[in-house]
Amino acid sequence: MAQIKFRRLDVRSSLLRAMVLVNAFIVAAGLSAALYMETMGHAVTGMNNQVVWGLPHVFAVFLIVSASGALNVASVSSVFHRLAYKPFARLSGVLALSLLAGGLMILVLDLGRPDRLLVAVTNNNFRSIFAWNIYLYSGFFVIVTGYLFSMMDRRVSKMKDVNQAFGWTAFAWRLVLTTGTGSIFGFLAARSAVFGGIMAPLFIASSLVYGLAFTVLVLMTMSYETRGRLCTAEMLGKFRGLLAVFALTTLFLTAISHVSRLYGSQTAGVERFLLVSGGIYPVMFWIGQVVIGNLIPLALLAFMGEGASGRRSLVLASLLFLVGGLAQMYVVIIGSQAYPLTIFPGFEVSSSFFDGAINPYTPTLPEALLGMAGISVAMLIAALAFYLLPFLPQGEEEAEGAYVTP
Amino acid sequence: MSSCSGGDGKAAVDRRGVLQAAGAFAGTVLAPGVTLYAFGGGDAQARPVDEPASAKQRWGMLIDLNKCSSGCTACVTACKDYNGLKSTGRPEIDAQWIRKVSLKDPNTGVVRSAPVMCQHCASPPCVDVCPTGASMKRADGIVLVDKHICIGCRYCMMACPFKARSFIHEEETDQKVNNPSGKGTVEGCTLCVDRVDAGQNPACVDACAKEGGALVFGDLNDPESEISKAMRAQPSARLRADLELDQGIHYVNLK
Amino acid sequence: MRALRTLFAALLFLTGVAGGASAWAEDAAGRTPEPHPAHGKGEHCVADTAFMRRNHMLMMYAHRTEVLHEGVRTPQFNISGCVNCHAVKGDDGKPVSFASEKHFCRSCHSYAAVQIDCFECHNSKPQETGKAAAAENGGEDAAKLAAFLRENKK
Repeated sequence: MAQIKFRRLDVRSSLLRAMVLVNAFIVAAGLSAALYMETMGHAVTGMNNQVVWGLPHVFAVFLIVSASGALNVASVSSVFHRLAYKPFARLSGVLALSLLAGGLMILVLDLGRPDRLLVAVTNNNFRSIFAWNIYLYSGFFVIVTGYLFSMMDRRVSKMKDVNQAFGWTAFAWRLVLTTGTGSIFGFLAARSAVFGGIMAPLFIASSLVYGLAFTVLVLMTMSYETRGRLCTAEMLGKFRGLLAVFALTTLFLTAISHVSRLYGSQTAGVERFLLVSGGIYPVMFWIGQVVIGNLIPLALLAFMGEGASGRRSLVLASLLFLVGGLAQMYVVIIGSQAYPLTIFPGFEVSSSFFDGAINPYTPTLPEALLGMAGISVAMLIAALAFYLLPFLPQGEEEAEGAYVTP
Repeated sequence: MSSCSGGDGKAAVDRRGVLQAAGAFAGTVLAPGVTLYAFGGGDAQARPVDEPASAKQRWGMLIDLNKCSSGCTACVTACKDYNGLKSTGRPEIDAQWIRKVSLKDPNTGVVRSAPVMCQHCASPPCVDVCPTGASMKRADGIVLVDKHICIGCRYCMMACPFKARSFIHEEETDQKVNNPSGKGTVEGCTLCVDRVDAGQNPACVDACAKEGGALVFGDLNDPESEISKAMRAQPSARLRADLELDQGIHYVNLK
Repeated sequence: MRALRTLFAALLFLTGVAGGASAWAEDAAGRTPEPHPAHGKGEHCVADTAFMRRNHMLMMYAHRTEVLHEGVRTPQFNISGCVNCHAVKGDDGKPVSFASEKHFCRSCHSYAAVQIDCFECHNSKPQETGKAAAAENGGEDAAKLAAFLRENKK
C-alpha cells in the first residue's frame, strides 16, 4: 500500500484568510447576540410560550446531525475498507468534532440559564433522552479523538486492530447519537407532528446527506490538493453517488413520515398545515426542502459533467443540500410547534393562551446570529485544527515540508 | 422532633444531617410556626411542617363544566394575584398557570368553558424529559419545577400535552414569597403547594367557591374526601385520556 | 508546534492584560470595603453567628431541596426568614433590595467575591407573609449543632 502524506493547512491563501475573517466576525456577532439574549431574557427573541424552540434549535440540531454524518468518509474507509476514502478520513473526523462543537455551543447559549450548564452534569435524570444525549455527545468527542489518534500516531496507526476497533466504535456511536437526536422529537407523544420511531432513521439518513455535503465543501475549500489533484474523477463520482443515494433515502423517509400522518385523520390536520395551509411552513417544505434542497441538487448530480464543471456542480449541489437541511429542520422543529395542540378533540377551542390558534413565530436578529455563529465556530475550529496538525492529505509522492506518516 | 439525630447517624454532612441537627434545637421554636399554618378551611389536615409529603395522599381536582360560566375568570385572577404573575404586555410571552378555554361544539354550536392548568399527571411527560430532574413529582402527586436546578431548556414545554408550562422571558422583580420566579426558568401551576401543605385549598378553588363552585380540591386517595365522594356520584373524564397519563385533574360534564 | 506555542503565548498575554487592567481599576476605586453587615432582629439567628457565617449556604442548600422535593417546610432556614430579619433600611427608610450595596447578603458576598443567584427568583426585600424565625434560645444548641456537623464531616 502506498504511503499517504499529510500536511497542515497552508494559511497563505487569501481566500482562506478572508473566510477566517468573515467567520470570526460572525462568531463575534453571535456571541454578542447570546449575551444580549441572556441579559434581556428570551423576550428579545421570536420565541415565546407557544413556540418554545426557535431558530437557534434549527441550527443546533442541523449541526449536531451533520456532525455524525461528517464521519461518513472515515467510516467508509475503516469500517467498509474502501481505501480510496482513506486520505480524507482524518479530515472527516476533525470536521465531525467541529460541527458537533458548533451545534452544542448554540444549544448551550440558548438555554434560559446557560450559567447553570454544570447542573446538567451534576444532576441527571436518565429517563430523559436529553440527559442521555449529554453523554452521547461527550462520548462522541472522546471516541472520535481516539479514532483520530489511532489513524495518526506513528505506532498505533500500524496496529490494524486498534484502528478497526475505533472505527467500528465510532461508527456505532454516531448511529446511536443520531438516534438520540432524532428521538428528542420522536419521543414527544404530545406532538403528533413529530411523535414516532421514524424520526430516528429520518435523522440518520439526513445526517448522511448533510455530513457528506459539509465534507465535500471543506475538501473543496481547504487546500489545493484536496480541491484538485486528490479529487480525481473517480472520487468525484463516488461522492456524487453517495450524496444521491443519501438524499433519496432522506426524501423517501420524509415522504413516508408525512403520508402516514396524512392518512390518519387524527394527524391529518397538522399535516395539512405543514404541507398546504400553514403559510411559511409549506413554502419551507416544498420550495426549501424538496425543490431547492433535493430536486435541484439531485438534478445537478444527475447531469454532472467532467473535470472543473463537474466539481462546480458537486459544490453547488452540496451547498443546496445544506440549505435544504436547514429548511427541513425548520419544518420539523418550528412547524410542529406552530400548529396548536389538540387538548379537546372535536371542539373548536380558543383562549387567552393561544389554544386552537396558529402560534406566531418570527425569528429575530439575535437568534439568527447565534445560529449562524454555530456554523462559523465549527468552520473556525476545523480550520484551526487543520492548521495545527497534519490532517489534510497531500498525495502519495514526497513533497517538501510535508509531514509524513504511514 | 424526635428524629433529630436518628437514622442518618454517622452519615456525611448531607442535607438531612444538617437540617435534622439544626431542627433539634429549634424544636421549641417550631410551635408558633405550626399554629400559624393551622388556619385555613381546606378539605385536608395541615401536615406538620417537618413531615415530608407522602404517597398516602394524591392531590387532585374535580372541575364541573356545568358550574363553570363562560364569562367568569375568578380562578385565573386569583391565581395571578396569589402567585404574583404579572403581564408583560405581550400575551405570547406571559406566564399563565391557569386559563379558561372556550369550547365550541362545531355540530351544535354549543359553547362552554373549561379551566385548564397543569394536570398533575401520575406519569408526567415533563418529568420524564427533564434532563436535570428539575421537573419533578412530589410523593403526593403534585408536579413542580425545582427552579434551583432548571437550566431553561424548555424540553418540558415541548413534552407537555396541555401547554401547562410557561417560560419566564424577562427579568422579574417583587416576586411573591410563595412563588419565587425568575428569568430563564420554567414554571407552572403548583396547585398552590404552600397552601396545600398548610391544609388550605389552592387559590383558584377558594375563588371559584364564591362564584360557581365548579372546582373541588382534595385527596383522591381518601374515600371520605369531598372530591372522592363527588367522583363516585357522577362520571368524570380526563383530558387526552388516550395518552394514559393518569392526571390528578378530572372533569365532569366535559362532553 | 510553533503555532501552539504562539497561541498559548497570546492567551497568556491577554490574561495578563486583563488581570492588570482589573487590578488597576481596583486601585483607582479603592478596595471593596470590609463588610459590616447589620445585626438581624431578635436576640439570635437560628444558630450562632460564627456557625452561620460558615454554614448558612449548606443549610439553605439542604432546605431548598427539602421544601421542593419533599414538602418539608420547617421555617428556620427559609430564605424569606433571612431576608425579613436582616433587612437593611436605605436612605428613604425602606428596606433595600439586593441591587443596593447595603443589602445584608450583598455586602458580604461582594467582599468575598461569591456570586449568588438566589435573588434572581426570590424577593430580596421583606414581605408581609414571610415568617421570621429568630431563635431565642440560640447559643447552647447552636454549639451542639456545630459539634454534630464537625463530627459528621469526618
